[in-house]
Amino acid sequence: MLAWTIYISFLGVLVLMLLPKGNASAARKVAMLTAVAGCGVALLGFVQHQPGETVTVANVPWIPSLGIHYHLAADGISVTLVLLTGLGAIAGILFSWNVEHRTKEFFAFYLALIGGVYGVFLSFDLFLLFVFYEIAIIPKYFIIAIWGSTRREYGAMKLALYSFVGSAMVLIGLIAAYIVAGAQTMSLQALAQHAFPVGFQMWAFPLVFVGFAILAGLWPFHTWAPTGHVAAPTAASMLLAGVVMKLGAYGCLRVAMTVFPGGMENWSFGVLGFHSWRDVIAVLAVIGIVYGALVALVQKDFKFVIGYSSVSHMGFVLLGLVTLNTIGLSGAVLQMFSHGVIAGLLFAVVGRMVYDRTHTRELSVLEGMRLSKAMPFAAVTFVIASAASMGLPGFSGFVAELQVLIGAWAAYPTLAVITGIGIVIGVAYTLRAAMKAFFGEEEQPLTPALSPSDGEREKRLHDVSHPEGMEDGTPMEAISVPERIGAVLLIGVSLLVGLYPQVLLRVIMPSFDSPLFDWLRRGGGL
Amino acid sequence: MSYLDILKLAAPETIVVLAALAVLAVDLTVMRGTETRLRFVIGGMVAGVGCVAAAAWLVVVPTHGGVWGGMMVVNELTQLIKVGLLALTLFTVLISLEADFTAHVGEFLALILLATVGMMFLVSAENVLMVFVALELTSLSLYILTAFNKRNVRSAEAALKYFLFGGMAAAFMLFGLSLLYGLSGSTNLREIAAALASNGLDPLLVVAIVMTVIGFGFKVAAVPFHLWAPDAYEGAPTPSAAFIASGSKVASFFIFAQVMMIGFAGAEGSGAWRNYASGWVPAIAMVAALSMVLGNLVAIVQSNVKRLLAYSAIAHAGYALLGILANSEFGMASLIYYVITYGLTTLGAFGVVAAVEQGTGDAKLSDFAGLSRRAPFLSFCMFIFMLSLAGIPPLAGFFGKFYVFAAVVKDGAVHLGLLWLVILAIAMSAVSLYYYLQVLKRIYVADLPTGAEALRVPMTAQVALGMLAAGVVLLGCFPGLLVERLTALVLLVGQP
Repeated sequence: MLAWTIYISFLGVLVLMLLPKGNASAARKVAMLTAVAGCGVALLGFVQHQPGETVTVANVPWIPSLGIHYHLAADGISVTLVLLTGLGAIAGILFSWNVEHRTKEFFAFYLALIGGVYGVFLSFDLFLLFVFYEIAIIPKYFIIAIWGSTRREYGAMKLALYSFVGSAMVLIGLIAAYIVAGAQTMSLQALAQHAFPVGFQMWAFPLVFVGFAILAGLWPFHTWAPTGHVAAPTAASMLLAGVVMKLGAYGCLRVAMTVFPGGMENWSFGVLGFHSWRDVIAVLAVIGIVYGALVALVQKDFKFVIGYSSVSHMGFVLLGLVTLNTIGLSGAVLQMFSHGVIAGLLFAVVGRMVYDRTHTRELSVLEGMRLSKAMPFAAVTFVIASAASMGLPGFSGFVAELQVLIGAWAAYPTLAVITGIGIVIGVAYTLRAAMKAFFGEEEQPLTPALSPSDGEREKRLHDVSHPEGMEDGTPMEAISVPERIGAVLLIGVSLLVGLYPQVLLRVIMPSFDSPLFDWLRRGGGL
Repeated sequence: MSYLDILKLAAPETIVVLAALAVLAVDLTVMRGTETRLRFVIGGMVAGVGCVAAAAWLVVVPTHGGVWGGMMVVNELTQLIKVGLLALTLFTVLISLEADFTAHVGEFLALILLATVGMMFLVSAENVLMVFVALELTSLSLYILTAFNKRNVRSAEAALKYFLFGGMAAAFMLFGLSLLYGLSGSTNLREIAAALASNGLDPLLVVAIVMTVIGFGFKVAAVPFHLWAPDAYEGAPTPSAAFIASGSKVASFFIFAQVMMIGFAGAEGSGAWRNYASGWVPAIAMVAALSMVLGNLVAIVQSNVKRLLAYSAIAHAGYALLGILANSEFGMASLIYYVITYGLTTLGAFGVVAAVEQGTGDAKLSDFAGLSRRAPFLSFCMFIFMLSLAGIPPLAGFFGKFYVFAAVVKDGAVHLGLLWLVILAIAMSAVSLYYYLQVLKRIYVADLPTGAEALRVPMTAQVALGMLAAGVVLLGCFPGLLVERLTALVLLVGQP
């Protein structure tokens, strides 16, 4: 039944393509209907899911001569992320209700992306997974390049090429695995059981892991993320940070770590204190956490702050993965879900609520606008989202990051401490952004002597803070109903998971008992 | 063997020749003096009927057999490839119906058909003499087709370049083939292989291999024998370029593989990393590697879409050569799948270019700006073709690549001998996404130039392009349809 999430999305694309030109409101409704239907199916699948089981959704031969099957299945990790995709899809459409430029095409690309993402999360045949993974790349490019803002064509191309290079690395690993196994199968379960030579896994694991991790924003391959996020239109940044980055992390967990677990064994030698690829990745993840936070601290552009915060938060996911203990791993999956919701919300506030109304994202300019007065709803939403993002107890981020930290403490005590510093910096940049964007002080000249330059600055601020529509004293466009619904939806989900994490952990934790993670249970890598 | 039997074997070719003569006759007698468009429609209909009749014969009348030491070998596999060739010819005719570059309609269509006949004979040849004759028939027709736009000096230049390079390459090939005859005393590929097997790799054979690879390398536009391609593609009338890029590629690659896999069986050598041994495999591996790198890198800087497609063709020749390097039944099947799907895709891409050229007067990247708003359907077709060429699943181009990649490393479970080449190919196809996206960026992202209005695209071209795009999607979603059949046929006819 979960397969219908994919079919419904692509059906939506087809319907949108056949819609008559220029009917924006119909396009919106079709997109919304599709997303709601998809999310409904996802929710039903989630509710019906029995912890610990792997449900086969479809399994028919696709390319018999190569033993490739159209094999869709779902375990606890899949259903969690499918649910996230469904929620993200609805929220994204709510926050792009005001897209008027080529609306039909916008939603067609949007739904194609969603369909591809559902497909990745549900594929249990590596070839199929790869196909869906690539399907998701192309719509991203067009959504950013056509509907984006700052340096959109550059950001879009960078994102597309980074993703494609990553997927090329994955493809090399998959073909090699297929040949070396020699079993005429691409089935994830079969290959996970296959004992590959350790020497082979030692190069296949980093290749495939990094290939996927590029999309998860692994430092130093993260540079596409801030530019891509900033260039993207609101809905696309929400999806990009909320769902697409999860594709990468999911691939690391689902493919690299289950098919080539031997690649995480210790080397017979040590280089600079590294003893396995696992150590390397853990350190890169922590660098990502701290570096992302530090860079976010000095950004001038509001959206860049959120963009770098995504890099930082995704570092937790990657760190959680390589802890290799159940608490760290389930923390990583929980963090994927949690960050998906929170990042979506943050981008919605920045991109839709603030930028679409003020036409600026410069923190220094926003500071002079005192937006908390002009749009209290946005301010409240952002404060709540910031609290969630900082990892305040009660929100999903807290549970997830705590789990990752506990897991990391067991595996890498030193790194866990450094990560703690990263969290503190996280609080700093989030508060700084919130203060500047919404609660800025009225600018007052320090001394009259400085007035010429300050006067100019004031003038500039004045010009920018009164864009079209505001000049005659007309108030800013009020926060619309779809925006309110979207914000409440995302905040509600984050709170629910934060207050009662068991709702997700119930299905996530038992997933690590499946045969896919045999190697872990045998105590591998520890 | 009576002449009637020979005629039966060569019936499809005969039908196409008759169609060519009919086109000429109709155009030069009845249609003389009427307007070009009408002549194209009538001529195209006659040519189309000829192609369909020949294809129907191939499908309905199952024949197999051979004459005169492999001069003409007909089996289920060659029949299938010939159907593919006829389909490509038909689509070429369909996209050229609105052409306005020439008044010599009859000659143009007749030459396309004659080139097709050459290709069909080429596919059936298992004898080096016949290979050469058929190749020349094809090439000579294509040279003239390239020069067909008499109003454009670039067209003449392109044809001259193509002809001079082609003549040189033909000389090389003939030299190589004559050495083969001298070594083995036979012109039949299988007999040559049998005679060579006892000799081992003597120096003369090495010369023969290199000469033959040069000759075929020219035909398939592989580096470093590719220099004619960009100019020929750019200067030639677009339908001619489309035909050179599609049909002629299919036939050339098939015969290239036949000659290498059958004729030089036993002289493969090895192109494995750190495990090198001389033979034709390392020679072709180098050519393939160079083609992939140069084709993809140079395509990045092109500003003319036809030129861009030419460099993309060079790169694709590199990928396709992997199918020959696999040197196995599965390699052969994947090669045929690759070139047929590539032929369909690139033909479609040229079809779109032809339509844009007619609307805007040129085929520069900037002429494609905002096309998605001027001609949504045409743009969508181009979207499919470009992504298929870039190798995005689930389109046919992706599976073509995947099959040849899988084929080339399939039997090397331990050393993964040619894996280095596959890694290079995958890396290069990541590069290629950049320039294909450049085209799509112009179409979908760039703003509509001021004053541009909807592009009028002829119905026939729309139908043809729609069918090609549907074919690319269908063969991509269900690659088994063609590959399973090809694999079965290759095994059935026992090649190599």
